[in-house]
Amino acid sequence: MSLAFTAELAERGFEAQIGVRPGERVAVLGHNGSGKSTLLNLLAGTLRPDSGKAVLSGRTLFHLGSRTNRWLPPHARGISLLAQDALLFPHLSVIDNVAFGPRATGASKAEAHRCAEDWLAEVGVADLAGRRPSQLSGGQAQRVAIARALAADPKLLLLDEPMAALDVAVAPLLRRVLRRVLDGRATMMVTHDLLDAMLLSDRIIVMEQGRVAESGPTEEVLRHPRTRFTARIAGLNLIRGHYREGAVHDDTGLSVAGAVKDGESLAAGALAAAVFAPSGVSIFLEPPAGSPRNNLSVRVAELEPLGDLVRVRSDDHHGHILAADVTARSVAALDLYPGREVTYSIKAAAVTLFPL
Amino acid sequence: MTSLTARSAQVTLGRAPAGVRVPRVYSGLPRWLVLPAAAGAALVLFPLVAMGARVDWAKFGQLIASEGSLAALALSLQTSATTTVVCLVLGVPMALVLARTQFRGQQLLRSLVLLPLVLPPVVGGIALLYTFGRQGLLGSGLELLGIQVAFSTVAVVLAQTFVALPFLVLSLEGTLRTFGQRYELVAATLGAGPSVVLAKVTLPLVLPGLASAAVLSFARALGEFGATITFAGSLQGVTRTLPLEIFLQRVDDPDAAIALSLVLVVVAVVVTAATSRISNWAIR
Repeated sequence: MSLAFTAELAERGFEAQIGVRPGERVAVLGHNGSGKSTLLNLLAGTLRPDSGKAVLSGRTLFHLGSRTNRWLPPHARGISLLAQDALLFPHLSVIDNVAFGPRATGASKAEAHRCAEDWLAEVGVADLAGRRPSQLSGGQAQRVAIARALAADPKLLLLDEPMAALDVAVAPLLRRVLRRVLDGRATMMVTHDLLDAMLLSDRIIVMEQGRVAESGPTEEVLRHPRTRFTARIAGLNLIRGHYREGAVHDDTGLSVAGAVKDGESLAAGALAAAVFAPSGVSIFLEPPAGSPRNNLSVRVAELEPLGDLVRVRSDDHHGHILAADVTARSVAALDLYPGREVTYSIKAAAVTLFPL
Repeated sequence: MTSLTARSAQVTLGRAPAGVRVPRVYSGLPRWLVLPAAAGAALVLFPLVAMGARVDWAKFGQLIASEGSLAALALSLQTSATTTVVCLVLGVPMALVLARTQFRGQQLLRSLVLLPLVLPPVVGGIALLYTFGRQGLLGSGLELLGIQVAFSTVAVVLAQTFVALPFLVLSLEGTLRTFGQRYELVAATLGAGPSVVLAKVTLPLVLPGLASAAVLSFARALGEFGATITFAGSLQGVTRTLPLEIFLQRVDDPDAAIALSLVLVVVAVVVTAATSRISNWAIR
């Protein structure tokens, strides 16, 4: 999939331009009311912009201007939408819900059912085919909704916080399902969850007040956030490596101990990531003794004011830039300046480990 | 708290196996409210009981089996059924347009279309007469084509549709608005065109509401009197429906009028009971 999108919708204060390269999976981040849902609705065709143009893989979705007035209705776009609520049709059985897309686009009943069975098996709920939506739990319903969206064979799948309405205990299971079925598929996902953004996207778009505040490859945006919003929600420290004995070890020899994310599990040697917030880092001039902490020797690279705090970015001598948020008073007390050798100390409990 | 109870109540409705008692939820109503509520119920039920008490059961069969009565009953059922079909064919699209689109003057149009709800039916009959009557707006044209509408069975159906249509439109529009457009939008993003969405999603979703709306309009058509007598007249077997027959018999043969009234009550009760069955079934 490639996407070139420009649209303006005055009533919602929306004016954005987005480009997505072929094969990129996109995560859309932003505050409530920043225009994320408007973006999805404009793409799905459930909202019509005042003006703009969108081309998806060579096909024009809309081209509205002073002279042109082209606009494809939602059903002709090949774009499926997975929302927070599963929104399964209550009058149809699970299998008929999933078969709805293929049926609507002309497949025979037998074909549609076979396709639906395959997708239900793919998301792990083949045994629920005969149930009514009212007989499903939230997690089951959302898995059926994923199967239904994918059975329609969309050119682009839009996901609007697909895990926001689920119990914390159910989300990891669904995240695993999504990670598997969305692999290699064109997706655009609105999310508040950094983990989802990291696992399910190649490109991050940050929306602010109806405009694109930031856009770039996921790793780059997370490593060098340019807006305060991204810095806060996405400016976490991330170390990739292999899991062993309660810690993630990367190939430079750095290791960070932490707690495995609720509901996830990690086997020894598995690919994993350790994440910790800059606010969870304390800075010492000498390594502190005792307490189960991670102590990393780093050299201060730069200091940047961040509201009441100062964000300290330091180099760990192995090529990682790690951020720490401390008060201005500590900066003065510790006499921090670029080039100074210090110790970052992070409680193991403040570090989350999860599989990649 | 409210959402909690509402949710548990819903779950109970949906899943309670037969024989399991629905838990009693605190009503939060003042006790004195029961009095006016009971008075209201009595106002409706007492007259029916009083009428039932006056029925001459010995001659009941004979009274309702007279030629005129049977003709009136048959005509009533036939015209009311036709009216219901016409109401569905015209009213469902009206409700959909009112519920799902926005245009200038929509509010005004809605008020005007629903006018027959508050208009005396006689006035409706006169309006119809000056539309489809011999000298009417459309009637004079139809007359040239050799079609005479007024004082025919078609006129009965027109009069009944005039008064019954708003019932169907109003109640269906409410149902459509309650469901919202979310399911329809999902269906569209799955590749279903507007006609498929209407047939496979919208109508099945509102089916229980549609059924009760249809019954409501059938019942309204069955009881229609004022517009019918004004616009269609009272010709036995052609335009004299059951309410008209009852009105005429009331003077000559009060016993027959009472017996026929009872028949009308029974038909109404049967129809209402059948609808609630249908909606319960459709919800499951």
